[in-house]
Amino acid sequence: MKNLKYLLLRRVTQIGLMFLYFAANAYGWHILEGTFGSSKLFGLIPLADPYTTLQVLSAGFLLGADVLVGALLITLFYMIVGGRAFCSWVCPINMVTDLANWLRRKLKLDKEEVNYRFLKRRTRYWIMVLGLIVSAVVGIAAFEAISPITIMQRGIIFGFGAGVSIIVAIFLFDLFGVRNGWCGHLCPLGAAYSLIGQKSLIRVKHDHEACTNCMECKIVCPENQVLHMINKESISVTDGECTNCGRCIDVCNDDALGFSIRKLNKDS
Amino acid sequence: MANSDNNRRKFMATTLQSVGLTALGGLLWSGYCDEAKASPLVLRPPGALPEEQFLDVCIKCGLCAEACANRESNKNRDGTQREGTLKMAKGGDHKLIGTPYFIPRDVPCYMCDDIPCVPVCPSEALDMKSLLNEKEELDINKAQMGLAVVHKESCVAFWGLQCDACYRACPLLDEAITLEYQKNERTGKHAFLLPVVHSDVCTGCGLCEKACITEKPAIFVLPREHSMGKAGDHYVKGWDTKDQQRAGERKLDEIETHNERSQQAPSDYLNREIEY
Repeated sequence: MKNLKYLLLRRVTQIGLMFLYFAANAYGWHILEGTFGSSKLFGLIPLADPYTTLQVLSAGFLLGADVLVGALLITLFYMIVGGRAFCSWVCPINMVTDLANWLRRKLKLDKEEVNYRFLKRRTRYWIMVLGLIVSAVVGIAAFEAISPITIMQRGIIFGFGAGVSIIVAIFLFDLFGVRNGWCGHLCPLGAAYSLIGQKSLIRVKHDHEACTNCMECKIVCPENQVLHMINKESISVTDGECTNCGRCIDVCNDDALGFSIRKLNKDS
Repeated sequence: MANSDNNRRKFMATTLQSVGLTALGGLLWSGYCDEAKASPLVLRPPGALPEEQFLDVCIKCGLCAEACANRESNKNRDGTQREGTLKMAKGGDHKLIGTPYFIPRDVPCYMCDDIPCVPVCPSEALDMKSLLNEKEELDINKAQMGLAVVHKESCVAFWGLQCDACYRACPLLDEAITLEYQKNERTGKHAFLLPVVHSDVCTGCGLCEKACITEKPAIFVLPREHSMGKAGDHYVKGWDTKDQQRAGERKLDEIETHNERSQQAPSDYLNREIEY
């Protein structure tokens, strides 16, 4: 019997947040308005996406104070809870790629996977930097012009239109193309949050003594390179690419994984 | 030795590959972005920065569209919400994705006194300062979202029929659109009541376009840079003392034309055949 605690908690958070964004437009609620690019919490606190803000700035224009303060608040928040908690607890694309990944496992497609040699997990960092360069050259926020994340979010709030095609594209890419292709290899927003969360406090901790080496965690993990310590050492996952999704904790039948607060002086 | 040589070659090859693929991606991405921002006939919310700047500074959050749709004055009699003026560009709209715009024939801008869409803008792509009047108050009449243009051939007023739908719909009645009276020579006893748009007053709200009775509107709003011409600074209105003054204040090198021919003496080029 598999545990679904964190999976359910994540879905509730994701769908709940999306509903609040949707309700801001549909019913005029002032709880969470806007989109990830820039939001307003309780009609008061500005929030903004750090990578989007950087793109606009690198295109050479100054931004309003609200966006700058908002980007700072979001950066600080994810520096503490783990940058890529955004990816697994907030981003709606996560539900699409998780579904693709689940289907991939059910259809046993991984065994047939073609090794796309040029597509490495570090590709996303190249894309992240490239996004800033393209923004500077063309003069518009380059990733925002194509970002499936905000396309999906605006789709939920304002209606999808033809924007739905890019979401289908990502689903197909993750299902039939590269495993964890979008979130784990390409997404520059995830890359930016990986960097932000390098030193974050909330971490998954592994207990080597309890582990029976079943490798369920590695199968289910979307970034399984971060679980290099499984059945080797009793340490925390310290890699910024961990999304803090907690799936590994859910599937572990040995109580060998759990969230903990990172000890700042020890493992950094 | 051979092993480290091999490693070095492999490292060089993968680095070159990464750089090459990044360059490829960059070219494709830049190309797409450059095309995506070239959608000229878009009407933006009041106070929007010049289009080129707006496309970057707008952070595509949709707060303006939400404020527009949820304003108090946008409700039906039964309390249900009406469609807002501002839409957010989505895939297939052929505008830079995520930016706000409006189509007056669908829903025009109703020029709310408190301009709910502008103060909520977090990135200042909608510039409040551009909408302040002399008393430092928000004044929607300062907005320059576009400029209405009349197509004479399809406007029935130019046929001699009486229609002042646009004139009556205009929130700046008798200022942004005035009616010009002309004798109808065809009948000999009727008048033309011709709508004339004044570009110094028109805000581009599009209420005229919405009100226009023809199948496809004969009066419609275009972004100002597309509906306005420019005579050029070297034209001086000899009958206008202010314009005379403007011309007098200009420095010589501002008004002199510098090209290949201006470097020659007139006696040289005037007697020669023109080479194109």
